[in-house]
Amino acid sequence: MIKVEKLVKRFGTFTAVDEISFDVGAGEIFAFLGPNGAGKTTTIKMLTTLLAPTSGTLEIDGLDPRTSAMEARKRFGIVFQDPSLDGELSAEENMELHGIFYHVPRKLRLERTEQLLRLFELWERRKDRVKVFSGGMRRRLEIARGLLHTPKILFLDEPTLGLDPQTRNQLWTHVKSLNETEGVTVFLTTHYMDEAERVAQRIAVIDHGKIVAQDTPAGLKRSTNTESLEAAFLALTGSTIREEAANSADQMRQFAKMWSNKR
Amino acid sequence: MSAIYILWLRELRRYVRSRAQIAASLGQPLMYLVALGFGLGPVFQKAGQGSYVQFVAPGVISMTVLFSSIFSGMGLLFDRQFGFLKETLVAPVPRFQIMLGRTLGAATVAIIQGLLVVVVCLIAGFRPVNAATAPAALLFMMLIACVFSALGTAIGSVLQNMQGFQLIMNFLVMPMFFLSGALYPLNNLPKLFSIVTSLDPLTYGVDGMRTVLLGVSHFGAALDAAVLVVVAAVLLLVGSRLFSKIEA
Repeated sequence: MIKVEKLVKRFGTFTAVDEISFDVGAGEIFAFLGPNGAGKTTTIKMLTTLLAPTSGTLEIDGLDPRTSAMEARKRFGIVFQDPSLDGELSAEENMELHGIFYHVPRKLRLERTEQLLRLFELWERRKDRVKVFSGGMRRRLEIARGLLHTPKILFLDEPTLGLDPQTRNQLWTHVKSLNETEGVTVFLTTHYMDEAERVAQRIAVIDHGKIVAQDTPAGLKRSTNTESLEAAFLALTGSTIREEAANSADQMRQFAKMWSNKR
Repeated sequence: MSAIYILWLRELRRYVRSRAQIAASLGQPLMYLVALGFGLGPVFQKAGQGSYVQFVAPGVISMTVLFSSIFSGMGLLFDRQFGFLKETLVAPVPRFQIMLGRTLGAATVAIIQGLLVVVVCLIAGFRPVNAATAPAALLFMMLIACVFSALGTAIGSVLQNMQGFQLIMNFLVMPMFFLSGALYPLNNLPKLFSIVTSLDPLTYGVDGMRTVLLGVSHFGAALDAAVLVVVAAVLLLVGSRLFSKIEA
């Protein structure tokens, strides 16, 4: 479903992603783990047509996101690291906008909207503006929206960041059941090792732009001789804390957070 | 096509819901109309130019459309900040359509704002001299709205953060307003100043509005309209190029 070979992304002299290769099979849940600034989000951006790779090959359901961006975009849904909903619109209107963007026929759009909003327990609040939603509700809406056009692949970039354990638990239950019932391939990144261990069939650990290990959760623990995935992760990536330079987008996010808290 | 429509509708929905913004944006034109219209009125009259409220109203209407369309166009910055921009960037919709939908939405909002100010002007005592040509004012409002919504979107595509917003307001939007002849007649200006005003697209918008509402013209309505159409087309092209280059 996803095929990546010798993928490289350089920003000036800095190599964010350095010759990584991996495969994700259809119907698989694949976790991408790594410390801050390891290259996780950059990889997702390249896979989702938001960023052009410097070199290497990419394939999404047999399509090259560089040459057939429009077709490739129809095949996946994405939940970004930070919110991407329109707060001034209602939940229903956000879904409507997405459905129209992805050319979902009206009747099907309304059916799926109801089905997904019910599944994520947002149906009663569908007329409310998203800006009054809690963080957990927004995340759920983002995932529901990402699934509206029945994508073959779902990208989840740190979907549980800042959520309480209850919401996290509920979210992964949903993701797992979607994977089982609809056969959606899931590509996720997270910082929480327990989550990766719980849902992912295979895990790739990325550090300094390189994939340092790629295996099942059990395999990773075995090869590093550790008890937990967390220990395996530290064994692979070391325990130094990474400094991530804030780019302008990060500054904007900070600013946005300040703003949304004030209101 | 439906993507253009839904983005246009989104701008309208957002506008209708921001009542505070609607009220606030009417305050500024009102201030210009009242403070300048009545404050400078006697001086203007003594200079033999007639009623200043009458003269300045088309300028104030144009100003409203200018501010509102630039502001809505730059709404792109807010979308970047609050994240919604990414949703449009990964959607299987050509960037040009996204840019067009936003721009048309911003322009529509600006025209509604302009019409509200027309009502305010009428209450303040403004009377178009020629009722037959007055509807043509709507056409000029549309042209002004298209030019500056496209400019706003183009700027929004390039700016990375909100700090740039003030810069644009102070060094581009305000000068465009003050140099447009919205507040003073363009006749007998110093040579250099006159050249500068003729480089400002809003000048043609204000002149066109005055031509159809007051029957007084500097360049002629045909030239005014032609300049605005060309500038709008160029800005739309430049804007969609810049917009298509955005990487998240």
